[in-house]
Amino acid sequence: MRRVLDTALLMLAGLAIWQALHWAAPFVLTSPAGTADRAWQMLSSASFWPHAAETARAFAWALLLAVTGGLALGFSLGLNRTSAEVAEPILVSVYSLPKVTLYPLILLVFGLGVPAKIAFGTLHGIVPIAIFAMNAVRNVAAVHFKTARVMRLSRRQTLLSIVIPGAMPEIVSGLRIGFSLTLLGVLIGEMFASQRGLGYLIMNAIGLHDVPTIMATILLLAIVAVSASALLLWLDRRLHHRVA
Amino acid sequence: MSRVGLIRLLVVAGFIAALELLCRTGAISPRVLLAPSDMAVRLGKLLASGKANADIAETLGNVAISLLLSVAGGFTIGALVHGFPRLRAAIDPFLASYYALPFFAFYPLFIVLFGLGRGAIVAIGFLFGVVAMIIATLNGFDRIPRVLLRTAAVHHMSPAATALLIKLPSAVPYLFTGVKLAIAYCFIGVIAAEFIMASSGLGYAISYAFNNFDNGTMYALMLFVIVLVTIVNALFYGYERRLLRRWGR
Repeated sequence: MRRVLDTALLMLAGLAIWQALHWAAPFVLTSPAGTADRAWQMLSSASFWPHAAETARAFAWALLLAVTGGLALGFSLGLNRTSAEVAEPILVSVYSLPKVTLYPLILLVFGLGVPAKIAFGTLHGIVPIAIFAMNAVRNVAAVHFKTARVMRLSRRQTLLSIVIPGAMPEIVSGLRIGFSLTLLGVLIGEMFASQRGLGYLIMNAIGLHDVPTIMATILLLAIVAVSASALLLWLDRRLHHRVA
Repeated sequence: MSRVGLIRLLVVAGFIAALELLCRTGAISPRVLLAPSDMAVRLGKLLASGKANADIAETLGNVAISLLLSVAGGFTIGALVHGFPRLRAAIDPFLASYYALPFFAFYPLFIVLFGLGRGAIVAIGFLFGVVAMIIATLNGFDRIPRVLLRTAAVHHMSPAATALLIKLPSAVPYLFTGVKLAIAYCFIGVIAAEFIMASSGLGYAISYAFNNFDNGTMYALMLFVIVLVTIVNALFYGYERRLLRRWGR
């Protein structure tokens, strides 16, 4: 209960700062009330929903691909010490690559449209999920593996009852980051070359200097992203708590 | 070279060779991707001509400034927030969802605040890097074994000594992760900001080449960014290894 209160207090403080900034520079930043107003207008207009649906569809596919691919990659690399050591710097390099630079390549391969957005989103999300999963598997205590050997658990039993539960907290942490980056990837994809989606709405509004629309779109995205993250974080806490 | 390093080299070399083969045999059209050797030749020419030097220097400068700000700022903020558990619990959901926000959209705002030029770009790089460092700092301070803190209490260590001798060494691996991520994010933030709306820098040069169907220059610059980031990472990775080994981990 106290945590909810603290979060509410923090949000109030944020709103106060936002309002103060608006008073300092009214044309750069719309006030919280003005932004909420514009967001409500957008939500109740028919032209908004096809854009939201487009982004949601691309994001759902990208997330599915990033999670399954990332977990498969992370687990298979993490179970073997050598392969993990070989892969880690490579994965970190790929992770730290400014993937925006690869966007022209994605467009050349997939063409304009939804597949390019999905590919770009997946590209952003898959590597952090793989890195987290891999390190989680590596960090499962050696004594647990020894115990598994002593108890003569099969490979499958070891995986299900030792590796996955032991790695779960880190995996959920990885999913949190993967979720955010996949969404960012999809949105950046929409900002560059797209005629639909929330990223396009933002880019269009930037072109028209329509600050209320920019901020309203970001506000709506932030609400969705923060809620999903809070859910994953709650899960994360429960898991860490159980393991510790 | 260690065995692992050798395997890693072979894996990367194999990947490049496969790509080269696919491009040379025409399985991948030259309109989509240039062969790696071709990219390297073009990059060599581009660097020799000196045309890209100004863009490279500008991007590296922007990354360096935003990295410095992110690491120093992120560590300070992380350490402060960790001291207030209630604030920390309240702030966690926001930190975790931070990277989902397309804050490139705030770029027009930064231009008004900092003026056209590197200020706005450094601000985006900083915004990208600082939160990774905050999260890593919080993580590192979380993972300090409680028994060590109790031992410190039993030995009546001063807060400063506890911080220096107990907290910092336990948190260092996580802080390193934070710095590694901050490097990555600052590169991403700076280059992406330049890519979207700037009139100089590597990101701008790549997007300019793309818009003018100049695939040769585009891929040469992309290769440059990839090689650069990889070298920076490799240096840091090696340093981290050496340090961790010295501390017996």
